[in-house]
Amino acid sequence: MPTQILVLIGTKKGVFIARSDEERRHWELSGPFCETWPIQHVIGDRASGIIYGAGGNEWFGPAVWKSTDLGRTWTHSSAGLAYKEGEEPVKSVWSLAAQHDRLYAGVEPAGLFVSDDGGDNWSHVEGLQHHPTRSEWNPGGAGLILHSLVPDPEDPQKIWIGISSAGVFYTGDGGQTWEPRNRGTRADYMPEGQNYPEFGQCVHCLVKAPGGEDLLYQQNHCGMYRSADGGQTWQSIEAGLPSSFGFPAATHPRDPSTLYLLPLNGDIRGRYVPDAKAAVWRTRDGGETWQDLRNGLPQENAFFGVLRQAMATDRLDRAGVYFGTSGGALFASRDEGDNWACIAQHLPSISSVETMVVQQ
Amino acid sequence: MGCVVVTLSPLLVDLFPGSTRQVDVEAATVGAMILALDQRWPGMGDRITDSRPAIRKHINVFVDGDRARLDTPLSPGAKVYIITAISGG
Repeated sequence: MPTQILVLIGTKKGVFIARSDEERRHWELSGPFCETWPIQHVIGDRASGIIYGAGGNEWFGPAVWKSTDLGRTWTHSSAGLAYKEGEEPVKSVWSLAAQHDRLYAGVEPAGLFVSDDGGDNWSHVEGLQHHPTRSEWNPGGAGLILHSLVPDPEDPQKIWIGISSAGVFYTGDGGQTWEPRNRGTRADYMPEGQNYPEFGQCVHCLVKAPGGEDLLYQQNHCGMYRSADGGQTWQSIEAGLPSSFGFPAATHPRDPSTLYLLPLNGDIRGRYVPDAKAAVWRTRDGGETWQDLRNGLPQENAFFGVLRQAMATDRLDRAGVYFGTSGGALFASRDEGDNWACIAQHLPSISSVETMVVQQ
Repeated sequence: MGCVVVTLSPLLVDLFPGSTRQVDVEAATVGAMILALDQRWPGMGDRITDSRPAIRKHINVFVDGDRARLDTPLSPGAKVYIITAISGG
């Protein structure tokens, strides 16, 4: 059966899908899907082959969209995706993760929901709301959002999440109890002497390396970090990068030491690529050293940003790397980042990029 | 309890295949009317109301020309419009 690669693109105005064969030289674009709703995240569930899209519409509220035919038709549901009466309602769904036959959704204001029937019905993982720090969580620029959702692929009880700007939290008991895991990550926006709090860091993207160890990476508002112990302690890996600010991080599908980042020029300098020249930065040694990858990327007048969920790799060999810009362009590399091509442009502002490999 | 005539926003009809622009509903209040719509087309209630509960901020429900809330009573034969507000970018 031929292999097909789908790049799933969440945008401000619906879902788009770019398709190619495993050569990844020629791409076909389809969309917009999901009635042009603002979509924060689109994922493909490897186990079921189902595509899910998450977002929220100013008129109609939050929902998770679902396609069981690789994007041709879509349904939507938000049954149970709600806080109790009287509480601030769920505004939007920001992140999705499928693992262990369950589908997780992170929402704004920050909370976690789970579905055991493929997104048709949802229940609230209330333990997170009961965390003693909950009343002190402050929203980041995009709101109080649970945007990073990392269920452990081996142990269904273990989940890491990232909330802007409450920080990284971890549960080892399926969501009943949570603990902050931010030790070693900075909060430069706090007063002097309070820059390493227990929680309140502005994590931008949290990812887990392949390979079964508890190796995590994060792009933070204030630096890039690596943790070899599941987030209990973090070490800075920003030396050698052009700034300490950016949004996305993407792991290699097989090599735990390879990570891709896309630093921007700084949080108060416009938040576009440094010097208006686009580059993805790759480490092959867990963040010890970095290489800028620019071949095929715009090297003048590039005033775009790339958001927290808008970079991904595929699991082909050699791995593909993809990112989508605030200006609606999608760039792809079929050789682990060495060379790049623009495979779609003039899309709405891109919120998320994920990949899905299917046999058809 | 009498029957009211509800006109749905075309965007709402697009979200629920099989729904129609105009529908007759038996209900005594706007809240009960939305519940009846939700029973007919599961999920439609969540698109019109949030969990406070309240009519969503950018949705307007008009009853015989006046903007309504969930507890607004409905008279038999009332004309109800569910309209999306000016919004977006």
